[in-house]
Amino acid sequence: MSENSMAIRKLGDLANPTRFLALAERVLPWFAALSALFLSVGLWLSFTTEGDYQQGETVRIMYVHVPAAWLSMMCYTVMAVSALGTLVWRHPLADVSARAAAPIGAAFTFLALVTGSLWGKPMWGTWWVWDARLTSVFVLFLMYLGLIALNRAMEDPSRSARVSAVLVLVGFVNIPIIKFSVEWWNTLHQPASVMRLDGPTIDPEFLRPLLVMAIGFTLLFFTLHIAAMRNEVWRRRVTSLRRQAARNAGRETLAP
Amino acid sequence: MMSHAAYVIASYLVAALTVAGLVLWVVGDGRARRRELKALEAAGIRRRSAQTAGGDDK
Repeated sequence: MSENSMAIRKLGDLANPTRFLALAERVLPWFAALSALFLSVGLWLSFTTEGDYQQGETVRIMYVHVPAAWLSMMCYTVMAVSALGTLVWRHPLADVSARAAAPIGAAFTFLALVTGSLWGKPMWGTWWVWDARLTSVFVLFLMYLGLIALNRAMEDPSRSARVSAVLVLVGFVNIPIIKFSVEWWNTLHQPASVMRLDGPTIDPEFLRPLLVMAIGFTLLFFTLHIAAMRNEVWRRRVTSLRRQAARNAGRETLAP
Repeated sequence: MMSHAAYVIASYLVAALTVAGLVLWVVGDGRARRRELKALEAAGIRRRSAQTAGGDDK
C-alpha cells in the first residue's frame, strides 16, 4: 500500500469516528424529540380517524404495519449502501453503520411480520400463507438474523467487515423481489397503494395518519441508528484500549 | 374468535413492546460502553491520539 493511502486511512481512522461522535451528540436530542412528536401525533391520528367501510377497525393496523414494513426494507438499503462504503471506499464508519443497523432492521421486520399476521387473520382468515410477499419478507428477517450472528461470531471487526459487506450486497437482491412480489406473482397481499407511479390510490383519511406514522418511524430509525453507531464506536474504542493496556502490561513485565 | 378491536390492540401492543425494547437496548448499551470508557480512563489508559499530540510514532 502506498505511503499516501496509508496516511489517508490513518487520518480517517482517527478523525472520522471522533467527528461522528461530536455530531451524534449534537443531533441526537433533536432526532429523538422529532420522532416523539411525529409518533404522538401519528398515534393520535391513528385512533381518531374513521375506520374503513369494509375493514372496520382493523384498518388501524395499517398505521404500524406499513411503516414497519417500509423500515425493514429501508434499513437493509442503508446496510447495502454501508456495505459499498466498506468495500469501495473503506470508510471507517461504514461497517459501524451496517453492524448497528442489523438488529434495528430485524426488530422492524419482526414487527411487520407480526402485525401483518394480526391483520391477516381477521381480513384473510389466516395468520400466514407461504406466498411471495410474506415469504420474501420472512427471508429478509432470516437474513438480518444471519448477519447479526455472523457479526457476533467474528471478534475482530476489521475481518468480519468485508465478509458481512459481501453478504449484505448479495442479499440486497431480495429487496426488489419484496417490493415487486405483489405484482410479479399472485398473492393474498394487496399491491402497492401509496408508492405508485400514478400517485397514491388510498383515501386521504387513511393516508394522513399513515404518512405521519411513516415519518415518525423513519425518524425513530435514524435516532436509534445514530445512537447504535455511537455505541459501536465506543465498543471498538474499549476493545482497542484494552488491547493497548494488555500490550503495555506485557511490555512492562518483559522489560528487565 | 377475537373481536376486530382485539387484533388492533394486539398490533399496537407488539409495536410498543418492540420499540420499547429497541430503545432500552440502545440506551442500556450506550450507558454500559460509556461506563467502560470511564473506567479505562480512570485507570490511566488513553487513546494514543489523545495522549500524544505531537506523535511518538516509532
